[in-house]
Amino acid sequence: MTLLTDAQQLAFANAQAADGRVNVELETDDGMTLNMGPQHPATHGTLRLIARLDGEQVVSADVACGYMHRGYEKLCEVRSYPQVTTLVNRIDWLGSFANEVPFILAAEQLMEIEAPDRAKWIRTILFEMSRLANISLFIGDLALQLGAQTPAFLAFRDREFVLNQIESVTGGRFHPNFDRIGGLKDDLPKGWLADTKAAMVRIREFCDLMDDLVYGNEIFQMRMRGIGIVPAQTALSYGLSGANLRGSGVDWDLRRDANIGLAYDQVDWKVWTHPDGDCFSRSWVRLQEVREATKIIDQLCDSLPGGAIMAKVPRIIKVPEGEAYIATENPLGEMGYYVVSKGDTGPFRVKIRTASFNNISIVPWLLKGVYVPDIIAILGSLYFILGDIDR
Amino acid sequence: MTASVLALDWGNYWQQSIFRVLGAAIFVILGAGTFVIAFLFKMMSYMQSRLGPMEAGPHGTLQLVAEVGKWLQKEDLVPDRADAKLFKLAPYIVLASTFLLAVVMPFGPDAYFVNVDTGIFLALGLSSISVLGILVAGWASANKYSLIGGLRAAGQLIAYELPMVLAVVGVVIQAGTLNLQGIVAAQHEGDIFGWGGIGNPFILTQLVGFVVFMVATQAELAQTPFDMPVAESEIVTGYMTEYSGMRFLLFFIGEFATAAVFAALASTLFLGGWAVPFVDLDENAMNVVGPIVLLVKMMIVGTLIFWARFTFPRFREDQLQSFAWKALIPISLVNILATMVLKVAF
Amino acid sequence: MPRPTPKLPLKGLFVGLKATMGIFLKTMFPKRGIKTLLPAPTIGAVTVQYPHKSPPEMPAPRARGVIALKSENCTVCMLCARSCPDWCIYIEGHKTKAPPRRPGGKERTVSALDRFDIDYALCMYCGICVEVCPFEALFWSPEFEYSEPRLADLLHDEARLNEWMETVPEFEPYEAGSTAKVKKVPR
Repeated sequence: MTLLTDAQQLAFANAQAADGRVNVELETDDGMTLNMGPQHPATHGTLRLIARLDGEQVVSADVACGYMHRGYEKLCEVRSYPQVTTLVNRIDWLGSFANEVPFILAAEQLMEIEAPDRAKWIRTILFEMSRLANISLFIGDLALQLGAQTPAFLAFRDREFVLNQIESVTGGRFHPNFDRIGGLKDDLPKGWLADTKAAMVRIREFCDLMDDLVYGNEIFQMRMRGIGIVPAQTALSYGLSGANLRGSGVDWDLRRDANIGLAYDQVDWKVWTHPDGDCFSRSWVRLQEVREATKIIDQLCDSLPGGAIMAKVPRIIKVPEGEAYIATENPLGEMGYYVVSKGDTGPFRVKIRTASFNNISIVPWLLKGVYVPDIIAILGSLYFILGDIDR
Repeated sequence: MTASVLALDWGNYWQQSIFRVLGAAIFVILGAGTFVIAFLFKMMSYMQSRLGPMEAGPHGTLQLVAEVGKWLQKEDLVPDRADAKLFKLAPYIVLASTFLLAVVMPFGPDAYFVNVDTGIFLALGLSSISVLGILVAGWASANKYSLIGGLRAAGQLIAYELPMVLAVVGVVIQAGTLNLQGIVAAQHEGDIFGWGGIGNPFILTQLVGFVVFMVATQAELAQTPFDMPVAESEIVTGYMTEYSGMRFLLFFIGEFATAAVFAALASTLFLGGWAVPFVDLDENAMNVVGPIVLLVKMMIVGTLIFWARFTFPRFREDQLQSFAWKALIPISLVNILATMVLKVAF
Repeated sequence: MPRPTPKLPLKGLFVGLKATMGIFLKTMFPKRGIKTLLPAPTIGAVTVQYPHKSPPEMPAPRARGVIALKSENCTVCMLCARSCPDWCIYIEGHKTKAPPRRPGGKERTVSALDRFDIDYALCMYCGICVEVCPFEALFWSPEFEYSEPRLADLLHDEARLNEWMETVPEFEPYEAGSTAKVKKVPR
C-alpha cells in the first residue's frame, strides 16, 4: 500500500466509500433492503440489484453492474484486427455474429473497402440468424422467469436449428468468428440454402407455439400488461434502443435508417412497433422481429448473388489512420464501435457502445413503486445480457 | 381394524398402532415417490421433448434412490443468525400434516387406518397445519428471501382454504355425511336424478365444485400458477432457501407427498374413491383391489395438477388473492346454493 | 397488429394446455401407423442419450473441434504462434543444411521442426492460426472427444497433432453461385 501514489490511494479510499454506501445492513428504518445479488436465478447473469422494499413494494432500486467486466477495450488495444474479431464474439454471447459486424464495418470504412455483394448478403443472413438465436432464447427465458418451465426448453430445442446452420457454415455454434475485413472467411457449403429455409419453417412454427403457450396465456398477459410503462420521450432520453424503443411506439430501426454494408435495402420487410410501452409490448415486438427475420432470411436466400466472397485485401492488413464509428441494430439494441487507428495492424483504441448498458440505466426509474414480482417481469422484458453491460 | 380383513390377527391396540404408523409411512413415501417419478421426472420431461433422468436404473426409475442418497450425505447447515430450534423443527411440522392427512384416507371397505365420523372436516383442518410449518421456516431462516416466501405462503394458503372448504360442502350436502367411507358409499350406490347406472360420481354432479377444489388444491400445494411462495426466479426457493441436505429432502418429499394425499382426497371426494361403478366384489378382494383403483385415480388427478403446473406462468401475489376472494369464493357459494336447491327438489 | 385479447377469459389457458399435452403425446407416441400406441419416448424426444448413442448428424464438417498438423508442410515460419490471441502454440525449430538440388550447386538452408505443441487448455478455437498458415500445414477437424482427466494432458505434442490429420474431412463443395475454389487436403 505504501508504494502507491497519492492519486491511487485516494481512488482506493473512494472505492471503499462507494462500496460502503451501496452495502446496507439488514435493519433499516424505512423498509427492508433486498439484495438481488450477483448470484440470482433471475438476473440474466451477474447483475446486482439493491432494492428497498416496503412490504412487497419497491421504494427505490439501485443497479450495481461490473461483476463481469473483462476489460474488452483494453484488450482490443493490444490485439490485431483478426484477433479483436475473435474477442468481440463474446460480448453478447447469444447473438455473437452480430458483435463482429459493426467492428468490421468500421474497419472497412477506414480502409475504404467495400465487401462484394455476395458477402453482404451472407453477412446479413448471418446477422439475422444471430437475432433469431438471441431472441428465441429471450422468449423462453422470459417465460421461465415468470414461472412457466416448458417454453424455455422448447426455445432451446428450436434454437438448435439455427445454431446448426451457423455451425455448418462458420464452424462454431456460439462464436462464429467469420467476418473479415473485406468480406467473409469462407463461402457457403453445398445445400446450405435449402437447409436454412427448412430451419426457417421450424422457427416460424416455434413462434406460433410461443404465441399459444406464452403470449396468448391470460396469466402471462396479466403479469405483463400495464407493468413497467415507458413513455416514448423517457425512452429516448434514457438512451434505450432496439425493441425497448420500438415497444414504446418510437419508429427507430438502424437497419432501415442507417444501413451501411448490409443488404437490408434489397429486401421487403417491415419494422414492428407497439404503442403501449409496457412489458408486454416490448416482448411482443421481439416476437414479431423473429418472424420478420425469418422472412428476411428467406428473401435473401432466394436472391443471393454469385461472385467472390472476399474483396482484394492485402495479406497483412494495416488499417490507415483515422477514426470511424459504425452502429448497427443488434438483437439487443444499438451496438456501435468507435475505432481509432494509427496505421497499425491493430486498432489504437476501440470504444464499444453496447445496448444493454444504456437499457438498464432506466431500471431505477422504472422500478419505483412496483411489486417484487414485477421487478422480474420488467428486467426480463428490458432484456440485457451481462457481457453486453460490462464488456 | 376388524379381524375379518384378510383373516389376519392384527393384535392389540399397540401392535395395531405400529401397523398404522408403518402403513401411513409407506403410503406417504410411496405416494411421493410415484408422483415424483411419474410427473416430475417423466411427464415434465416428455412435455419438454426430452427424456429426463435415464442413467440411474432402467429409464431412470431409480433416480429417486440416487437423489435420496445425495441429499442424505450433504452437510448439515444451520445459518448463523437463524433460530436453530425453529429452523430444525419446521420441516417436521409440514410433514406431520401430510402424515395425519394420510391416516384418514380410506383404501377399501375395511382397509383404512382410522374411520372417523368427521372424516373430511378433520382432513381439511389437518391440511392447514402445513401453513404453520412454512411460516416457521420462512421466519427462522434469517433470510429476507425466506421471509418474503413465508409471508406470501401464509397469505396464499389461508386465502385458498376457504374455496376448498366451500367446494367440499357441496359434496357433503350431496353425500349427506362427513365420513369419507360414507362419501365413497354415496357415490357408489347413489343415483343421478333417479338413474343409478354408474352410481353418482360427484365429478359429474358437482363439476363446478370439482373445478374449484382442483384450483384450490393447486394453490394449497403451492404449485404453479400459484407458486409465489416458491417463486424460483424471484426469491430463489422462498421459504426453503436456507435448507439443504436432509431437511430439504423432507420439504421435497413433503411437497410431493402432500400432492399425492390431496390427489387421493380429490379422488375420494369426486371420483368415487376405491369403488368402481359396476364392480361389487367380495369384501376381502375389494380390500386388495381398492388401493389399486385409488392409485389409478390418484394418477389421473395428479396428471391434471402437474399438467397445469408445467404449462402456466405464475400469478402475482395480489392477483392471486383477488382471484381467490373475488372469483373462487363467490363461485363456490353459488355452487352450494344450487346444490342445496337441487338436493331438496330432487 | 397485436393479436386481439381472446373473448373468453380462459381460452388462452386451454390453448396452452393443449399445446403442452400435444408435445407430451408426440414425445411419448412418436410412431405412425399401426404402432402408434406403443410408447417410444427414446425416439420421440429430441435429445440423444450421448455417450450411449451418437447424434445422427455428427458435427458439421467445418466444425472447429481440434487442429491437426501436417509436419511435412511446416516451415517453422512462426506465423501461427504469433497470431494466436492466447499464445497457446509453442514452436521450436532449427536450421539445417540440405544437399543442393543439383550437383555443384549451393547447399540449401532448411528449417526443421523440433517442437510443435498446441495447448488446448488455452486455445479458444478461433481458427486464426489455421487461416494465416501460408503453407497449408494446419487443418480443422470436427473431432471433439479428447477430454482428459489431467489438465497437462491437454497439451498435444507434434505426434498427436499429426494423428489428428486422419480425422480431417475433405473440404465440402460450395453452394451454387460461388466463385471460390475447393481446396484439397494434403494427405
